[in-house]
Amino acid sequence: MQGSLIDAFARQGVSRRSFLKYCATLASMMALPPVAGRAMAEAMAAARRPSVIWLPFQECTGCTESITRSHAPTIEGMIFDMISLDYQETLMAAAGHQAEDARLKAMRDNAGKYLLIVDGSIPLGRDGAYSCIGGRSNVEMLKEAAQGAAAVVAVGSCAAFGGIPRANPNPTGAVPVSDIVKDKPIVNIPGCPPIPVVMTGVLAHYLTFGSLPELDAKGRPKAFFGETIHDRCYRRPFYDQGKFAKTFDDEGARNGWCLFELGCKGPVTHNACATAKWNGGTSWPVESGHGCLGCSEPDFWDAGGFYKALSLPADPLGIAGAAAVAGAAVGVGIGFANRAKQGAAKSAHETTTLADLEK
Amino acid sequence: MTDLQFLTWVRGPGLGIAVGIFLLGVLWRLFEIYSLGRSKDLSAPRRTPGASGLHTVFRRSLPPPGMLKRSPVSYLGGYIFHIGLAIVVFGFAPHILLIRNLTGLSWPALPSQFVDLAAVVTMAAMAVMLADRVNKPAKRFLSTFEDWFTWAATFLPVLTGWMAVQHLLLPYTAMLALHILAVEILLIVLPFTKLFHAFTLFGSRWYNGKVNGHRGVPV
Amino acid sequence: MSASLEKGIRALKEVIDAPIASYFNSCVHCGLCAEACLFYTETGDPKYTPIHKLEPLRRIYEQEYTLLGRLKKKVGLAKAVTDDELDQWQELVYDSCTLCGRCSAVCPVGNDIVYMVRKFREGMSASGHAPEGIKSAVSRTVAIGSPMGVKLPAVLAQMKHVEADYGIPIPLDVEGAEYMVVLSSMEIINFPEYLGAVARIMQQAGKTWTLCSTAFEATNAGIQIGNSDLAKVIVSRIVEGAEKLKVKTVISPECGHAYTALRWEGANLIGRPFGFEVQHIVEVLDEFQRQGWLRTEGFETDKLTFHDPCQLVRRGGVIRQPRTLMHSVAQNFVEMPDAGYMNWCCSGGGGASAIEEGEALRLEAFKKKKTQFDAVRPDRVVTACANCRIVLEESLEHYRMDIPVIGLTELIAEHIPERNKPEGV
Repeated sequence: MQGSLIDAFARQGVSRRSFLKYCATLASMMALPPVAGRAMAEAMAAARRPSVIWLPFQECTGCTESITRSHAPTIEGMIFDMISLDYQETLMAAAGHQAEDARLKAMRDNAGKYLLIVDGSIPLGRDGAYSCIGGRSNVEMLKEAAQGAAAVVAVGSCAAFGGIPRANPNPTGAVPVSDIVKDKPIVNIPGCPPIPVVMTGVLAHYLTFGSLPELDAKGRPKAFFGETIHDRCYRRPFYDQGKFAKTFDDEGARNGWCLFELGCKGPVTHNACATAKWNGGTSWPVESGHGCLGCSEPDFWDAGGFYKALSLPADPLGIAGAAAVAGAAVGVGIGFANRAKQGAAKSAHETTTLADLEK
Repeated sequence: MTDLQFLTWVRGPGLGIAVGIFLLGVLWRLFEIYSLGRSKDLSAPRRTPGASGLHTVFRRSLPPPGMLKRSPVSYLGGYIFHIGLAIVVFGFAPHILLIRNLTGLSWPALPSQFVDLAAVVTMAAMAVMLADRVNKPAKRFLSTFEDWFTWAATFLPVLTGWMAVQHLLLPYTAMLALHILAVEILLIVLPFTKLFHAFTLFGSRWYNGKVNGHRGVPV
Repeated sequence: MSASLEKGIRALKEVIDAPIASYFNSCVHCGLCAEACLFYTETGDPKYTPIHKLEPLRRIYEQEYTLLGRLKKKVGLAKAVTDDELDQWQELVYDSCTLCGRCSAVCPVGNDIVYMVRKFREGMSASGHAPEGIKSAVSRTVAIGSPMGVKLPAVLAQMKHVEADYGIPIPLDVEGAEYMVVLSSMEIINFPEYLGAVARIMQQAGKTWTLCSTAFEATNAGIQIGNSDLAKVIVSRIVEGAEKLKVKTVISPECGHAYTALRWEGANLIGRPFGFEVQHIVEVLDEFQRQGWLRTEGFETDKLTFHDPCQLVRRGGVIRQPRTLMHSVAQNFVEMPDAGYMNWCCSGGGGASAIEEGEALRLEAFKKKKTQFDAVRPDRVVTACANCRIVLEESLEHYRMDIPVIGLTELIAEHIPERNKPEGV
């Protein structure tokens, strides 16, 4: 498994040229200068493949599915030869006790240096019993694994923010990684799932520079999460002109108009879908005619409904009717009181005479 | 609370509370004011075409002879910011969607760049009005805390809305949430402050026009 | 000696109605009413802002007739209206307000501020806060019969003089006459030409008319002090006289508040519609002219301008008629700036001319009229209100402006051809 990376490439049939092209593409996607591409290539070629441990918690395995779609045909092969993926339940050959032994050995041998990738949220309810691996709760495993990690990558909205398990009413007490791990650098790569090249891009950055890329206030790499979908969306001119699709198959939809009225959360969602797109740049939700769900934002499941436009009330205004009736009642009540007072003043009228003008 | 949670709250319970208090307040206050009634005028009216309550409701929007020259800032500034507010509130697509959701009514939107311009012009006019309120002796003399507060309550929704679209100061999600919150505050205070003139000016102009029309004076 | 704050507040509670509530809730503190009020424009003192003159009334409204105001009062957070405060407000409500109504014409949200001042005076008078000068005028009107203390003998004496000067009999207490003429003290004493003019006009038009021995005084200081009870006493004399003599129309003289008192407030003061019509002498002249019953000859050639009496024009609706009449007898009639229903008050209406302590302020405010006259430079000023006439005369003299002031009726009468056969019906 170890050995110089460039040899592994040759064995895989990846030419040096192909590899250099990949590094240049990755660098430009992260808005890094061309020399960074070279630096990446040299670093990766010479790298001793670092140990990576991937812990899956309350997750759907979608993030794993997504990262295996990272484009350019043999990229996943390259990535898994660039790193030593010592534990990954979906992809590793071993299972059961052997798998657990492999994990513990890697943690011992690379103590303080391994990269810990986490996907899925961590349930705290019932002492963490809602999700266990090999009889041990996720929260216990995370604390133990984080101790010896150089950095933690929380992949997917569940690990980054709690995701779908955390949606109202959060029956398992799901929390993100950052709620449990407090003393290690954490990068959040949200998305449900995240875009493949976003995940590999961050890993490549770490492998090249030995540090995490610049992060925003929510711990997300600014290179991929610095802009909103709305600001990069190719349908934005239609938004500005007020041209909206009102149903999924009306003329507006067929003309490719803005999907704001159909609940698109583009304006409040930070991700790279509008530029990097999916399936190797094939398309992305809006381009396919469906509004953005906002899946890379915290609590996007509880943000008022996928099909409700941002400008609409998130809950029905049931109180309005009752309030109007209450207001009318108060008004009528005070109206009667006013008339009574007016009438009383009139009845108590004492005709003013000349003498009454003097105090 | 994250900014998206804050946004979801102001779009949800926050909006419910604000609209509720607004409707309650408007109905209460309208009854409270107009229930006092008015005695009938027993004098013989002077029937003059063009002089009536209804005429004054519309005509009073124009400056009476000689007044525009005396107070151009009050009239021009007043027109500009009211019309600007109307353009922004009723011409911006997301606002129209909200109104459609609440009432079923809708109409074509104005291009968002035009609304953007209208928002800037509105804020400029409001700033000028504020300065005028400080500078003009009569205005300054009359002004109470309520005048400054209602100015801010009206200005902030325009400012925060514009800042959200322009991506200024805070990330969009937070700015949008602040904008909606500012609108909610405006809704809550409207029925209980001088902002209620939005509803009562029709009655006031009508009474005024009726009394003067009775005497044959077209005001 | 029973005026009290309590009485005043009770009077105000009676008169506060939906319009007043609507007005207070509509005010946005724009200050445009100040820009329309000559007491503010000429002094620059913002305390003369019309809506500010009503501040105690606003608080009474809030504390008595709004839920939040009542709650505030209950928990002690409301600022109560005190006797001292009303004392302070006397200057604002009387000295610096002539009930001219210009503020009501400009308020952008439609507030009828003069309506509110008139009602506020009910409370001010009932609480003993009316100015001495107006109180004396009211007292004399109620007790003696006229604000200047004119009694019937004086009227009879004037009648004799006029009959002698003009050779036309002045009818008195003629039942079934078409017109009953009432006069203002100012005319009886200062401008007897008015009675002569009326006599000539009626003679030419061939109309039957009469004075009334129990109702010769039109001036109603009760309106000026703002007390409906007293105003009712005064106006009732005219109503009773007119109904006793069964006349068709009562002619209100060249006096502003007399017209307002009889034409607009009268029926509401006595609580029922009149059985007769009320017309201002200017309306009568205009009608006679249009019907061809009033023929004039000749024209004035000097430069004349017309001062619009507030109660006749802006508050009375007699806007076109003075102009038509002026054009019929004047070749060089020039309107002053803002002429018509937006004209500026002479500064002495609403009882202000009777307030001695307000004289200096009134003369300050008069500068607005001075500006208008400076713009026109008339040889003479014509008006149709005896109070305006006296105020204009005295004020012009104060400012050393040599411009004579004459009455419109008198001017018209001067152009009636001599010894003309009666024409018309």
